[in-house]
Amino acid sequence: MKRFVPVRIGQKAVSFLFDKLTFLRVTLALLVAAGIFFISLGLGEVWVSPLDIAKVLFGGGEPFHQLIIRDFRLPRILIALLVGVALAVAGALLQGMVRNPLASPDIIGISGGASVFVVGFLVLFSDSNGALTISIQWLPVAAFLGALLAAILVYSFSWKNGLSPVRLVLIGIGLSMFMNACTTLLMLVGPIYRASQANIWITGSVNGSTWGQVWILFPWVLVLFIISLMMARHVNLLELGDDVTKAMGSPISKQRIVILLLSTGLVGGSVAFAGGIGFVGLMAPHLARKLIGSSYGALIPMSAIIGAALVMLADLIGRLIAAPLEVPAGVFTAAIGAPYFIYLLFKERSKKS
Amino acid sequence: MKQSKGFSILLITGSFILMLGLILASVRFGYQQTSFIQIVRSFTAFDGSNAHLVIQSVRIPRALIAAAVGASLAVAGVLMQTLTKNPLASPSIFGVNAGAGLAVVIGVTLFNVTSLHSFALLAFLGAGIAIVAVFGLGSLDRNGLSPLQLTLAGAAMTALFGSVTQGLLVLNESALEQVLFWLAGSVQGRDIALLWTALPYIAAGFAIALFFAPSFNVLAMGEDVASGLGVKTGMLKIWIGIIVVLLAGGSVAVAGPIGFIGIMIPHLARKLIGIDHRWLIPLSAFLGANLLLLADLVARYVIMPQEVPVGVMTALIGTPIFIYIARRVGTSS
Repeated sequence: MKRFVPVRIGQKAVSFLFDKLTFLRVTLALLVAAGIFFISLGLGEVWVSPLDIAKVLFGGGEPFHQLIIRDFRLPRILIALLVGVALAVAGALLQGMVRNPLASPDIIGISGGASVFVVGFLVLFSDSNGALTISIQWLPVAAFLGALLAAILVYSFSWKNGLSPVRLVLIGIGLSMFMNACTTLLMLVGPIYRASQANIWITGSVNGSTWGQVWILFPWVLVLFIISLMMARHVNLLELGDDVTKAMGSPISKQRIVILLLSTGLVGGSVAFAGGIGFVGLMAPHLARKLIGSSYGALIPMSAIIGAALVMLADLIGRLIAAPLEVPAGVFTAAIGAPYFIYLLFKERSKKS
Repeated sequence: MKQSKGFSILLITGSFILMLGLILASVRFGYQQTSFIQIVRSFTAFDGSNAHLVIQSVRIPRALIAAAVGASLAVAGVLMQTLTKNPLASPSIFGVNAGAGLAVVIGVTLFNVTSLHSFALLAFLGAGIAIVAVFGLGSLDRNGLSPLQLTLAGAAMTALFGSVTQGLLVLNESALEQVLFWLAGSVQGRDIALLWTALPYIAAGFAIALFFAPSFNVLAMGEDVASGLGVKTGMLKIWIGIIVVLLAGGSVAVAGPIGFIGIMIPHLARKLIGIDHRWLIPLSAFLGANLLLLADLVARYVIMPQEVPVGVMTALIGTPIFIYIARRVGTSS
């Protein structure tokens, strides 16, 4: 039995190598993620048995279970899933582009930019009684604009005869510190309960998600995910280094801009609905790479699955650990992610020497 | 750049005089109108009037604290950069402030600590732990981590501490109110007694730093050269760790997290006076004091009658300079 099977559809239309081993692993990961999805649906302050879950999903079941699952749990789990996919794919793309496994959207300040805009939104549009003067539905727009602005700033400051990955990361870190300062200032200027609201948001939580949000985020992530898959072969090439990419006739800087825009779109979308859930964009692509290697055609879907599983798991733990209080999912992703990051740092270093 | 001895002395004296001037200005200007005559009178003939009270109990502590904190952060930055050969090394980048913030928030949420003095103690502890952690990471490798890796390690620590801090604050909203002003970093409203408590540590840090200045010069040439010339590099590194804990820990204890001074000032000072640590350390100290005094002074006027926390001010001033330095580092490596 051969591991690779070439697949060709039509004349030169679609052709790729089908990797059986990779397919098996991706399927397994998908099953694990699906498992977490169903466990999340069942667990919580009220336990719903798998049978009842199935009943609700197929349109039946008791009204009480319908309420819990359809109105409370399903939207937030779906948002967690979508956010995980978006962050993981954004991270995978950025890491390929920067050729540094340590880059991720939250470390280079894209999430930070979104935070500033969200806190600014909450503070500026509050009247003296503390009510918002415009609809909260504009909040995601503000977050996305913030992410975009941050990405543009990071990008243009690190531009100097082309885009150096190292510069991009360093400047991103500097800018995120700046964004933090702005956020703190806005929180101090605004009323305190807004600060507390903003604080939950900055840490990253999917609590209180609605179906409306799911229906906005879903097409957004889907489209960008498909474009990312189409970019996969370019990212594969970029990973080989500037010289090889140039020699192959690929317009490096143009592709970097496309990739940066793609990942900004993905991060902006997820930040808009779930806040700054950190380190998923770092961890998921890494784990994926370990499991199936670094060919982006398979890496992007695998990262997406792992990212979704991570965020759903973090949210589940956050709901259970201090019930009835909710710990934001972002706390757990950072608690696992930061040590993992430092471990990676050292592995990278010892590889070089 | 190597400067003549006369020029170096002139620079240091000049920055010292500037510092005295800025301390005076910091006492004089602000929301409450005062005059220089009132400042003198508040010492010679204190009459309990509003202006005298403000000068004695608010402005003077504030100016002195700003000077001490600015100087400590700058010198801590110089030594961290010498040790790591990393132009971006500084207390705030390495997660010292985030560590201090986490310690304070743990104290408030889990142990109901409320006084500024206990905040200071906790902050010192947290900063110390963070410094030891980052130095530990950095010393695992003989050649040291590259600037990028060290910076990323610091960013990861900052993110870790930061999200735990935020998680705790989410669970305890009243604590947020108590610590938010502290987390922004400010020299305002600090009791002078806080400074007297921290001053021995800070002073000890400066003294040790100056004592070892010649050895730092040798260390800056590279570890192999240094040990070849008979410098006990291992011991020296431990001393640097101690100095940084004293200086950065002491200043975060007094003023909360204030960033960017430790990056900006060492650069500026090196440009002005060269790399000889015997001159570099005092000049950085005075320049750091000047920068923080100035930032604090400006912070009073930006959104008067409210004040911008000085930690935010330094971030606003420091980011462009950070970007400038990062662009150069990114090119060379």
